[in-house]
Amino acid sequence: MPDDGSARRGLQVRLSQREPIPLDTEFAVGAGEVMALIGPSGSGKSTTLRSIAGLYRPADGRIACNGSVWLDHDAGVFVPARQRRVGLVFQSYALFPHLTAIENVMEAMLDVPAAERREQAHALLRRVHLDSVIERRPAALSGGEQQRVAVARALGRRPEVLLLDEPFSAVDRVTRRALRRELADLRRDLPMPVVLVTHDLDDAARLADRLCVLHKGRVLQTGPVGEVMNQPATPEVASLLDLADEAD
Amino acid sequence: MTETTDWQPLWLSLRLAVLTVLVLMPLTLVAGRWLALTQVRTKPVIEAALALPLVLPPTVIGFYLLNAFGLGSWFGQAWYRLFGHTLVFSFEGLLVASVIVNVPFAMQPAQRAFEGIAADLRDAAATCGMSRWRTFWRIELALAWPGILTGIVLTFAHTLGEFGVVLMVGGNIPGETRTIAIAIYDRVQAFDEGSAGQMAAALLALSVFSMALAYLFSQRVGRRNA
Repeated sequence: MPDDGSARRGLQVRLSQREPIPLDTEFAVGAGEVMALIGPSGSGKSTTLRSIAGLYRPADGRIACNGSVWLDHDAGVFVPARQRRVGLVFQSYALFPHLTAIENVMEAMLDVPAAERREQAHALLRRVHLDSVIERRPAALSGGEQQRVAVARALGRRPEVLLLDEPFSAVDRVTRRALRRELADLRRDLPMPVVLVTHDLDDAARLADRLCVLHKGRVLQTGPVGEVMNQPATPEVASLLDLADEAD
Repeated sequence: MTETTDWQPLWLSLRLAVLTVLVLMPLTLVAGRWLALTQVRTKPVIEAALALPLVLPPTVIGFYLLNAFGLGSWFGQAWYRLFGHTLVFSFEGLLVASVIVNVPFAMQPAQRAFEGIAADLRDAAATCGMSRWRTFWRIELALAWPGILTGIVLTFAHTLGEFGVVLMVGGNIPGETRTIAIAIYDRVQAFDEGSAGQMAAALLALSVFSMALAYLFSQRVGRRNA
């Protein structure tokens, strides 16, 4: 539904609940900006991401994107996931195992006319440097190739916001570096807000414009990457950033 | 002396098995999926009730069905008023009994198959913008198909071999309720071992063939979806 007069480009998120998973987060991500949510396991990163995607409904909060309200607890608004224009790259990639790479991407493009769907899906796969394996099923693809298909599928939705949930956790170190480089190149052309969930400070530093440090569902500090890394607001943030650095 | 084998009971059994599968299929898809996804507290009780035919002696199930189908019950009376005959000793009664007895054989493999689909895949379908119907048809059914097929084959084979409940509810009326399992028993009682042997061999071959086909297909689909 359209936002009230305060319509803004980009993504605005405010989530609040005590249980079962404590959440007390508020942040905004501008168009073309990459925000990294960083924090240890159980800090509420993935729940925040799932709330933005519409896969989880928190007890209280408000989420708006490009002037459309997706969640407003006070107004009783909850737009389900299938009606939000969200591209989500799952930690496990969650590719449909019985469909080929190109069919996986086409499933996210159902609003594209059937005659053009295949060509557009192919173009997206070329964009993520996958061309020769598009007729293979996920089981026949390497971890890196699966990740690329997942990114292409997320972009195939023509999303208003792109969500990346620990996108490099399932690949080896060498593939991780290559994928990170590719994603860094790709993000320059992406016009939408991007939210990257990671527990790895190196991933966040290389891909994100801003950092949002989470702990036990609470935002401890938000700011430009350099600022947060060089000037942690509290000893707790400094300690969490140290832990995240060691994770790499 | 060996009499000419009457194959009518085999056709009746096949008709009963096919109809049982056709009635149970849609029920299984809806209820099996619901059971796989629901988190209601009564789920174990519902599952236990549906699994009862696996553990109860066929004569016990047959006894209760006989009572339920008879004119002494509201169901039996309602059926009589609607169709002018009772379900006892009729093919329709046999079909209802067969459907009830086969619920766990059809339901459990389908439920396990739906449970085996990773929750991430349903979430991915939702974020792709797929409708519930498309998610079911294009993702869930495609992935759960080997389990559903296993349920179909188990139901089919079990119906062909069902004896106790059939005898209790349907009796032994040629052309109406005499299934191949009853006919084999009947021929043995009449010392017609030739006919009994031929029918038993046919039932054995049919059961092995259908089970092998199901396993082969499941294996291929399983490999494809790995």
